[in-house]
Amino acid sequence: MYGWTGKFLRVDLTKSRITIEGTDEGIARDFIGARGMGVKYLYDEIDPKVDPLSPDNKLLMVTGPLTGTGAPAGNRYMVVTKSPLTGAIANSSAAGSFATTLKYAGYDMVIFEGKSKKPVYLWIDDDKVELRDAQHLWGKTTRETENAVIGETAPEAKVVCIGPAGERLVLFACIINDLERAAGRSGVGAVMGSKNLKAIAVRGTKGIKVANRVGFYNAMVDCYKALDIEYVRHFHELGTPSVLEDFVVPLGALPTRNYQAGAFEDWRKISGGVQGDTISVRKRMGVACPGCPVACGRLSKVTTPDFAGIGAGPEYETTGLFGSNCGVNNLDAIAKANYVCNEMGMDTISAGGTIACAMELYEKGYLPKKDIGRPLNFGDAHALVEMVEKIALREGFGDVLAQGAYRLAEKYGHPELFMGVKKQEFPSYECRALQGMAIGFATQSRGADHIRGEVHDIEMYGCYQWRITRDRKIDKVDPLTWRDKPVLAKEIQDWFCMIDSSGMCNFMFFFALDEDQCRALLETGTGIDLDGYKGFMKTGERIFNQERLFNLKAGLTGKDDTLPKRMLEEPMPDGSAKGMVAHLSEMLPEYYKLRGWGTDGVPTQEKLKELGLSSERSQ
Amino acid sequence: MGKTLVIDIDKCTGCGVCELVCSFQHRDEFNPLKSRIHTTIFWQQEIAIPVVCLQCEDPWCGRVCPAGAITTKIDEVTGARVVTVSEEKCVGCKMCMLACPFSTIVVLDKGYAEKCDLCGGDPECVKFCTRGALKFVEPELGMIAKKKGIAERLLDSYKEVKY
Repeated sequence: MYGWTGKFLRVDLTKSRITIEGTDEGIARDFIGARGMGVKYLYDEIDPKVDPLSPDNKLLMVTGPLTGTGAPAGNRYMVVTKSPLTGAIANSSAAGSFATTLKYAGYDMVIFEGKSKKPVYLWIDDDKVELRDAQHLWGKTTRETENAVIGETAPEAKVVCIGPAGERLVLFACIINDLERAAGRSGVGAVMGSKNLKAIAVRGTKGIKVANRVGFYNAMVDCYKALDIEYVRHFHELGTPSVLEDFVVPLGALPTRNYQAGAFEDWRKISGGVQGDTISVRKRMGVACPGCPVACGRLSKVTTPDFAGIGAGPEYETTGLFGSNCGVNNLDAIAKANYVCNEMGMDTISAGGTIACAMELYEKGYLPKKDIGRPLNFGDAHALVEMVEKIALREGFGDVLAQGAYRLAEKYGHPELFMGVKKQEFPSYECRALQGMAIGFATQSRGADHIRGEVHDIEMYGCYQWRITRDRKIDKVDPLTWRDKPVLAKEIQDWFCMIDSSGMCNFMFFFALDEDQCRALLETGTGIDLDGYKGFMKTGERIFNQERLFNLKAGLTGKDDTLPKRMLEEPMPDGSAKGMVAHLSEMLPEYYKLRGWGTDGVPTQEKLKELGLSSERSQ
Repeated sequence: MGKTLVIDIDKCTGCGVCELVCSFQHRDEFNPLKSRIHTTIFWQQEIAIPVVCLQCEDPWCGRVCPAGAITTKIDEVTGARVVTVSEEKCVGCKMCMLACPFSTIVVLDKGYAEKCDLCGGDPECVKFCTRGALKFVEPELGMIAKKKGIAERLLDSYKEVKY
């Protein structure tokens, strides 16, 4: 096989048994890799009804065929498992050198199953693979763990690991690699913790070959040329936080005080420009993930005694969730909460969403001070950092917050104050101000989410270079209209299934690249024929429907494709989207129809047949 | 004067695309460990530094080579100096690996010494270095661009003090 290595590792943690298996060529062709291949293998191998934190769940770390190649930012892997936060499919992706090195060691993926009796880590040194004792690493932060594991294995080793939050099964614990890169969402770190798996280290010395050398090289040149633009340089200098002032604030879509508003009066204090000029270590200069022409990552340093620290980020989402959404205008505190999350191994989005939910419950008098042990008002920077630290260790009230906002709001009798979908907290976008996000949030497989294919890439970020808009001659999309959104939502979701399965970072497509460039890299890289643009999009649709089948088998229904009452009924009080609600009920039936799903949100037999899928599991 | 590879460390993000295209060009595969250029990222300082053969005026690898396999050639088109290994003459003794202070010449699985050959006058790594950390230019021009960058930073601090 080209692009793919053709092999994967299966690690039975219960029996401490490691086997090497061949990657199924049919699955690779039909599901590509990473997100697609992951859900297919998981669907075939587990009963989607399993308890996500039981040994019966499996944890898949899957690369794509372009991971480790010269495709721009072809450096991603996807963690696929059943989520303990949502009970639905989890697919959390991270960039960095772990994914590329796993390919160089000769593996497309690693499947972890069962549960180890004691903490262990996996050491993959090309063909030599072994489980090692990790009892001495248990309790260590992600940074300590990574450094210790590199010390015990090899200086060239690349490491992914969990921190104390994953060990304590915080429902939104993440998996960290390259010190600060996170497979962030849906609690994949808790699944790893439930298996007593602390880390994986890998060293790889082999190369990746592509099918069509000249074709691949030409596709690379084409992509690199397209990415050599002023906006990429701007993003390189300021990173993701700059979207706050460039895009989100003008549209009134900045979540504020648990989504009670879409405009934050102090946004200037937390903007990307301010971050670049203040806490950024090298002003307006970042470091890159492997093979990335953008380099959006930046290191920051805070010296204020209460919040002192150093680390990557904060990224835009983190800034929005810990900042405006908690009413906090103190950039140092936001950065500190971010450092703690990275070191403890926790998703900053869900952590911020959960704390904001607690703040609203507290201010409205539904959550007594004695339960928290301190006041918890919006805007309290010290409370924010203290709560983040407590969640990671499940200390005091942190034990309640560690269950996420959905369970918190239920516990205190006000489920309507949970801001998210399918029990997963919203990212930092207000969907009353972005109607396309409303349908996207409601229908995305892994719950509320912003990077698995969302309409805001068009309505907010203006990705009009995509064929989805180009072929329809669309060059302007109003974020406040809804009739035009279902078809865009469906198409973008399918399109992102391809990006997320290729092994490339979606930022490349966000900036400049389109479907044809992605297809050219995939086809010349692997040698498979995706059957034109239509076949390419059909493969994406197959992947999306496979995820839907997993969710339906897990017990989710069309009723879970919904939004909080606040989005549906409370008009936006301020900003550019003042007076708007999310028009979900007008969009959802049309969306189901376009998907070929029944009114209950279940794919019809004809649609499944067309995609070559079966609602029966094959094993 | 002929062109040479000029490195601006201030602009290097450590993305390593140079390693990927180098191994693709010379090995037909993507493999950073087989690349003739290598970038190291120092995370805590947020600095990345590429290391590649600098085509010495008086190359130590050539001086120690007992087979006389390493010679300096001048590229006809670009005028670039290229310290070149003759695959036929090289006996794979690895003396050059011992002698090179930059560790940019190495005998791997092919049995003869491999090093940067500037891709015959049109280096692939430079083509893909979108941040401009690697340039293939006359050294005078390369260094004047770098000096301009330093002057721009001085301008900022000068303005702060003076105005």
